[in-house]
Amino acid sequence: MAVIIIEVMPKKELLDPAGKAVHHALQRDGIDSFTDVRIGKRFELAVDGDVTDAHLEHAKNLADELLSNGVIEDVIDIRKGDVS
Amino acid sequence: MTRVGVVTFPGSLDDRDARRAITLAGHTAVALWHKDHDLQSVDAVVLPGGFSYGDYLRCGAIAAKSPIVGDIVEAIGKGLPVLGICNGFQILMEAGVLPGGLIRNDHGQFICRDQELIVENTATRWTAGFDQGQRITIPLKNGEGGYIADDETLARVENEGLVAFRYAKVNPNGSLHDIAGLTNPTGTIVGLMPHPEHAVEPGFGPDTDLAMRSGEDGLTFFTSLALEAVLR
Repeated sequence: MAVIIIEVMPKKELLDPAGKAVHHALQRDGIDSFTDVRIGKRFELAVDGDVTDAHLEHAKNLADELLSNGVIEDVIDIRKGDVS
Repeated sequence: MTRVGVVTFPGSLDDRDARRAITLAGHTAVALWHKDHDLQSVDAVVLPGGFSYGDYLRCGAIAAKSPIVGDIVEAIGKGLPVLGICNGFQILMEAGVLPGGLIRNDHGQFICRDQELIVENTATRWTAGFDQGQRITIPLKNGEGGYIADDETLARVENEGLVAFRYAKVNPNGSLHDIAGLTNPTGTIVGLMPHPEHAVEPGFGPDTDLAMRSGEDGLTFFTSLALEAVLR
């Protein structure tokens, strides 16, 4: 089944408390090779048949209007893919 | 008599408390349902606290797309007064009614405390009964109450007097400029993270210097509505 993959991340300039909590947990575990952790979201929109340009266009609008909030997040990537 | 609607979403928690506060303020509380396209001719609406749709996607994001919120946003354009409490504040932001955004508390923890606030704007339908600069205490309980906005939005919010409430003494969540609540330019809308509906009757509110749990500063939010109606 074909899907459109959309990735959304919290804006770089904003604090990501969830990512920070994970980073602190790593450090507490003695893992110091990673300097930062940020947590985002991945959406998979499934379609019947192949992903068309119209599907991608529609998904792009949806990504901007519903799946992300431009005040606090950025849409990082929209691409065709397979179900993970 | 003023009819005030309270919307119940899947995951709303404080809808009944809000209806009780409305009744204690002398109004008629009207239960509204998220799936309906029917505002039941109410004169004002409260969007209550809770975790609508389990906070899925983003807090308030799915509720902002619900049938009744679409109708409410349309009615807001015609002057319908709306109070958004906690999750209701998040819904108003996701619906684009109030500027900025709310993110997870900067310390990463859910917080529940009696919170002192400074009343910054009394020219609204929900704050007319307060004095400018008055200090009030009402409960605060949320995990994602950090107010953020870009510099341009923040400057506009400050310059246009859209800050309705600021946190006093303690900034509990990292909100920029200590912002606890906002209003719109016409003062019909107020959204805030703390919960006025939990401080409306002696015995159940925050502690005060006089007695335990005697705080009822929240009641003024709901009585302000009548005050303004009389003034108009």
